[in-house]
Amino acid sequence: MLKINNLQAAIGEKQILKGINLEVKAGEVHAIMGPNGSGKSTLASVLAGREDYDVTDGSVEFMGSNLLDLSPEARAAEGIFLAFQYPIEIPGVTTINFLKTAINQIRKYHGQDPLDAAQFLRMMREKAKLVKIDDALLKRSLNEGFSGGEKKRNEIFQMAMINPKLAILDETDSGLDIDALRIVAEGVNTLRSPENATIVVTHYQRLLDYIVPDYVHVLYQGRIVKSGPKELAYELEEKGYDWIKDEVAQAV
Amino acid sequence: MNHPDFIQLPMTLKDKLISDFKDAELRLNGEAQTPLHRTRQQALRSFEELGFPTIRHEEWKYSNVSTLAKQAFDFGQATDFGQAEVAQLSIPKLDGNILYFVNGVYRADLSKVVSNPSTLKISSFADAARTNPGLIEKHFAKYANFEDNAFTALNTAFTHDGVVIEVPDNQVVAEATVLRFVNDARTANAASQPRNLIVAGKNAQIKVAESFRTVGDFAGFTNVVTEIVLHENANVEYYKVQNESNSSYHIGTTQVCQHDKSHFYSATVTLNGGFVRNNLNIVLDGQHCEAFMYGLYFPNGKQHVDNHTLVDHAKPNSYSNEVYKGILKDKSTGVFNGKIFVRQDAQKTNAYQTCRNVVLSDEASMNTKPQLEIYADDVKCSHGTTTGKLDDEALFYMRSRGIPKDQAMTLLTLAFCDDVVSQIKIDAIREYLRELIQEKLAE
Repeated sequence: MLKINNLQAAIGEKQILKGINLEVKAGEVHAIMGPNGSGKSTLASVLAGREDYDVTDGSVEFMGSNLLDLSPEARAAEGIFLAFQYPIEIPGVTTINFLKTAINQIRKYHGQDPLDAAQFLRMMREKAKLVKIDDALLKRSLNEGFSGGEKKRNEIFQMAMINPKLAILDETDSGLDIDALRIVAEGVNTLRSPENATIVVTHYQRLLDYIVPDYVHVLYQGRIVKSGPKELAYELEEKGYDWIKDEVAQAV
Repeated sequence: MNHPDFIQLPMTLKDKLISDFKDAELRLNGEAQTPLHRTRQQALRSFEELGFPTIRHEEWKYSNVSTLAKQAFDFGQATDFGQAEVAQLSIPKLDGNILYFVNGVYRADLSKVVSNPSTLKISSFADAARTNPGLIEKHFAKYANFEDNAFTALNTAFTHDGVVIEVPDNQVVAEATVLRFVNDARTANAASQPRNLIVAGKNAQIKVAESFRTVGDFAGFTNVVTEIVLHENANVEYYKVQNESNSSYHIGTTQVCQHDKSHFYSATVTLNGGFVRNNLNIVLDGQHCEAFMYGLYFPNGKQHVDNHTLVDHAKPNSYSNEVYKGILKDKSTGVFNGKIFVRQDAQKTNAYQTCRNVVLSDEASMNTKPQLEIYADDVKCSHGTTTGKLDDEALFYMRSRGIPKDQAMTLLTLAFCDDVVSQIKIDAIREYLRELIQEKLAE
């Protein structure tokens, strides 16, 4: 589904990603871990098409097409979804109106007719139940005045509505208490299927107790320096990141 | 500004207007002796002394009227503007009292008044001057100062028509009252100087909208003055909507005087206009008053929109809140100048002001100047202005959900405008504006 080959990206003069290689297949969950400043969120942003970053080398193939050639909106329509670490508050645009516009634009991209109001409402109710989000919240301005947990739950709700092929969860656990974390994770797990894939970007292992990965990758200084099965996450939890840093230092 | 047919004067507009005034005076007969006319004469003398302001005048630093002062305008020019034209300007689903003024002259044939006459006393200024001279004498030019404002002086000197509204004590006018001022510039330059007076009695309530349009491509000049008096516990909603042409000049002053416990609620929306200057001056001459001022301007092309507001807290315990927002496209320019005075007596005043602007092009520009002068020591006042581009983070967020960039910009801009538009409580006008804003964004 996703093939990242030697991806390098910079912001201004500063090189952040220094050659990422990663392959994600349908049905898989990959965790990307690493210390702060290692480039985890940059990778997520570059995949979603944030324009602040310059891709200086490498390629990304998604469902057979060159992802880096696509605008952020086209990437979304092709099936990439980024759950934001810090979801944006947009006063004056309700979640409902926002999602209706998004979904109908994606449908338009695929040559499909827009959903009518009744179809949309039915779908919304069903998905809201799935991720346990309050209807009243959806009628309010997007994320405006939402608590941290409500914002993250709204991200997962949007994901449920858009039904992406590849979901990238960027530090979805940050700022969540354990109950909120569990609800968010349940939402993600309910949406998993053999046809879609998930990349979980996180600093801590605790989210991976709830969203169990097939592979764990450690990102450090802009490179994936270690990959392994889910047990690698426990090792990191126990020993911290220093031993990885030492390994990298010795290898140089 | 575009002037397809720039009609230049052999003399300056100032000289022409003064000579027009004297010619008209010769035809007045008995009216020349009325208090109304004596005020006109005083105002003319002020205008003669002041002349049109130049950009050296502090209040006109960013708004240059020199091209206006060179053009030829006759007030109240004959027009064949009729029902067919009204149909083209009509606002869908708008009910209530709808009064048309074409080139500054009241048009009974195009207007309708549905409210009960014991609830709403409404007439043209020209009629009120004959039938209710007491009311005119008591209030006319008692609030809008013509001694230091050339345009107010000019309007006062040429006061002839407009609307006079009186809501007697304890009366609530349920229906909206919409005043539609049209300059017909289809075949020649058009000019008008409407003069309006709105007096809300004790415990009275009314909602009034002024709508300004210039039709046709010749130059238009509107110089309007509206005086609004709110007696104790009165409640007035006042909306000003401008959808003028690129060849039009609009200069307007709304002067509000609030007595104890009155509630004034306003929104000024400028959708289009070659040159627009709005002065909104509110004197809180009573205790426990509330004044709300919302504003939205959305110039494009080479349009220029200038909003000057003044809130004068003269007595203690009152509240004012002001929110102005601007979207500037292309090479347009905007000015916001917001003054708040809190006089020494006006303890326990709460006064707030914000002005936020989004500049959609590198060639557009905005000048903002908040001015707070506070002479009391127990007050809460704040102000803040921002001018910037649309939020890139918000744009990316929307695009990452599949919404194309231009549509994301439209959604964000509409949401930004809606902070102000949603404050308009005359449903038909609010919805009409929403549509016009969407259309203008799509241009």
